[in-house]
Amino acid sequence: MTLTTRSAAELATALQQGETTSVECTTAFLDRIEATNPTINAFLSIDRDGALAKAASVDAARAQGKSLGPLAGLPVAVKDVLCTTDQKTTCASKMLKTFEPPYDADVVRRLREADAVILGKTNMDEFAMGGSNENSAYGLVRNPWDTDRAPGGSSGGSAAAVAADMTPLAIGSDTGGSIRQPAGLCGITGLKPTYGRVSRRGLIAFSSSLDQIGPMARSAKECAMLLQTIAGHDSGDSTSINTPVPDYLTDLEKPLQGLRIGRVAAHFSEGLDPEVAEHVEQTFATYEAAGATIHEVELPHAAYGVPTYYLIAPSEASSNLARYDGAHYGHRWDGTPSDDQGINTFDSPLVEMYCRSRAEGFGPEVKRRIMLGTYALSAGYYDAYYAKALRVRRLIRNDFTQAFEKVDLIGGPVSATPAFKLGEKTDDPIAMYLVDLYTVGANLAGIGGISFPCGFTQSKLPIGFQLQGPALSEPLLLQAAHQYQQTTDWHLQRTTAISS
Amino acid sequence: MTAESKHPFTTVIGLEVHVQLQTQTKLFCGCVTTFGSPPNTQVCPTCLGLPGSLPVMNRRAFDLSLRAALALNCKIASFTKWDRKNYFYPDLPKGYQISQFDLPFSYEGYLEVVDPKGAFEPRTVRIIRVHLEEDAGKSMHDETAGTADSRIDLNRTGTPLCEIVTEPDLRSPEEARAWLNELKLLLVYLGVSDCNMQEGSLRVDANVNLHIPQPDGRLAKTPIVEIKNMNSFRSVERALVYETERQWGEWQDTGAEIGSMPKQTRGWDDSAGVTRGQRHKEESSDYRYFPDPDLVPVTVSEEQVAAVRSTMGEPPALLRKTLAERWDIPAYDADVLVNQGPELVEYFEDLAKKVGEGKVASNWMQQDVLRMLNERGGHIADFPVQPTAVADIIGRVKKGDFDTGRGKEIFAAVLETGKPVDEVVAGMGIAAVDEDDLQKLCEELIAENPKIVADVKGGKEQAAGGLIGQAKRKNPNVNPGKVRALALELIRALP
Repeated sequence: MTLTTRSAAELATALQQGETTSVECTTAFLDRIEATNPTINAFLSIDRDGALAKAASVDAARAQGKSLGPLAGLPVAVKDVLCTTDQKTTCASKMLKTFEPPYDADVVRRLREADAVILGKTNMDEFAMGGSNENSAYGLVRNPWDTDRAPGGSSGGSAAAVAADMTPLAIGSDTGGSIRQPAGLCGITGLKPTYGRVSRRGLIAFSSSLDQIGPMARSAKECAMLLQTIAGHDSGDSTSINTPVPDYLTDLEKPLQGLRIGRVAAHFSEGLDPEVAEHVEQTFATYEAAGATIHEVELPHAAYGVPTYYLIAPSEASSNLARYDGAHYGHRWDGTPSDDQGINTFDSPLVEMYCRSRAEGFGPEVKRRIMLGTYALSAGYYDAYYAKALRVRRLIRNDFTQAFEKVDLIGGPVSATPAFKLGEKTDDPIAMYLVDLYTVGANLAGIGGISFPCGFTQSKLPIGFQLQGPALSEPLLLQAAHQYQQTTDWHLQRTTAISS
Repeated sequence: MTAESKHPFTTVIGLEVHVQLQTQTKLFCGCVTTFGSPPNTQVCPTCLGLPGSLPVMNRRAFDLSLRAALALNCKIASFTKWDRKNYFYPDLPKGYQISQFDLPFSYEGYLEVVDPKGAFEPRTVRIIRVHLEEDAGKSMHDETAGTADSRIDLNRTGTPLCEIVTEPDLRSPEEARAWLNELKLLLVYLGVSDCNMQEGSLRVDANVNLHIPQPDGRLAKTPIVEIKNMNSFRSVERALVYETERQWGEWQDTGAEIGSMPKQTRGWDDSAGVTRGQRHKEESSDYRYFPDPDLVPVTVSEEQVAAVRSTMGEPPALLRKTLAERWDIPAYDADVLVNQGPELVEYFEDLAKKVGEGKVASNWMQQDVLRMLNERGGHIADFPVQPTAVADIIGRVKKGDFDTGRGKEIFAAVLETGKPVDEVVAGMGIAAVDEDDLQKLCEELIAENPKIVADVKGGKEQAAGGLIGQAKRKNPNVNPGKVRALALELIRALP
């Protein structure tokens, strides 16, 4: 068994027992990245020197019997939305092509303190806006199960990297499904923690009230290992939750006897791919067989989730992305007259610089969302759009609160379809927005959700299953996913669509 | 001279005052707020608005703003939140300012201003709201040698700023200036702000229009003009005087009333002494306020308010009363002293304690200390003559060592030379005049001035004044009062 096909848990054991070294292990993954990245494009930057140096120092420390962090010597890939002092942080945007943050994101700091080896930064939809990873200024990402298909997004690079064995562990961020949806489409496991469980400091904001960083790996157990490191209170993030972090590994092995799982009938309405529906139903059956009970629950306002999300997220984004104006850092128009891109008169040279810098620096989807959000927050429209969206958001949150009085977790599909063809939805923004149908609710409600593989289509495309749980239910979400993975092997299947 | 007295209208003025709070650190990060540091040296990712940076509220800044609001008799909201005010400008690196929109932390207050000379009726100005926000940076436009470079200093970015908005309750430019003085005094006394307009820690915009009664009983109102760019309270007064006259002229020319045009902003040109219309934006700015999702709402309990209230010092209005009572000085004196600020009051009280008499100390403060301070410029904290030395001089005057006039000369010399009082007194050849010497001197004067003696004998006692000048020429150390008293006594004793 080659090193790159081993799970992080197995690698940790091998490292502790001296069967391998971090340098050997890191080299194996770096080589795998080198071989497959030209096809998959999962990584935007690869820090071979930095990773090997860290690996060597961990090996040295281990040899000297020094105490090491919980992720000592384990490779991890970080979505390029998180600030790193030693690598550029681009958010897959031309706007931040040369941006070198002067500080590490809190999550990156925790990874370093846990002695993880950061391999590089993963590709994504520009500013985390998208569901297919086709919005990257540095090229799309291909799904390792079928390279003509999208890996999902926006954490498509992280999902593809794990699926293609380029890294055992990856960090993603989830604003409307950006961890769970690509995890589902790439056949890996991804957890969106409760809002505030993981610090957002150093996460380049898309929609501050929805963004949440989470772990992505092959299995729930590895997600638990990674979450253990990245979760926790941060006084530098006012929205960070200040409650102790439980041990996410303790409860993993407990049986599911008595677990109440909710099933939402509306999830199975028109639009759900039959193969997906079939495997999702089978998953419910597997849980029942494992001792859980299935209960019908309703989320009456779920249908408003996507419209609500597409008012709140762009509104916040329009403000969060205002800082990219070319004045202080990032892309600035070089002053030479270019295509006027529909704009040719300006109030002042300053305004021209702003307009042209932003016109050049942002891709079309980012511009679309900035305009949507600017519109929704404008005088005369605020009440009809943004304010109303906030009210619906409260209703959606209440739906979950009420449902969780009856059940412990809610199960269902992650996406309506398996991975779609590259280019299939790029001309149809609404169709693209609907890929978030099953995932936006958890972000709007601020609760946790986990996505893991529950089967494959006949054409060998992964199908994901989602469990959602109340705030701070991460131990239960991880336990339920882990128990499922103890009786199934979907998460262990490897793609053969790419050659190393 | 007020505009009111000349014209048949009422001037209606409301103010919007921005005050920088005297905190050690910025509102949403840990950077220091020292004024005058080299550009962009007091910055961090948060106040630079770098990607991924997050704000965390500085509770001490918040408590300081509570103090200001309480001093302005405002109600304190138990729940308040932060909003983003979105606009593009290079000195605003995030592209939005964190401010408070619909739920300010305090509202509905008032501050009264009383003119001690009674130039206007006491005026209570209602305060609509006081909210807290972060300051922007500074743009410096370098227009030398045609480079026309603009440079940005972000040291100020994120400094806590209180915005105080009044109802249009002021009725003359003079009142507006007096009210601003009172506001400044209040905030300085409470340690909320140094209110230094030169350093930009206090900024004022004024809204003004005229209410003109019409023959048919209707009240015509001229369009409201917002005046900006006033750099001193004197400028505020001058700008308002100018604007009042301008609006009156415009009213007579055009008869334009409020609502007939969008609200106009005019900038004050201090050297030209005029307001000038600023470029109209095609549409009014839309700041797209919305709650800042990076921050959590702030709750303020009764206990927290009480705790802030308990650490507040005496506001000037109250201090004027207690100072007058404590030292038995006229209200006018207390007003003059308090208006000079807390350090001067401290100086006065120290002096009064040492002298043992408030009124004498107050006279010396006003006639000597303040006069010298004004002549020299500078602040009482840096005044070289300490209350101990002034009390020493006053004590010697009271003892009769020399007269008040001489005492003032000594005070001036102590200030000038920096030498101790004893040394100055000795250097000036001042020595107490022996009773025998005084007797001898007076006898000489009487012998030399038969006309004065005759006048006094004839009932004109004031003629004795002529002897005092001569006595001082013979011996500069003599006490005029004593000379006068003894001379009169000797004359009366003459046959």
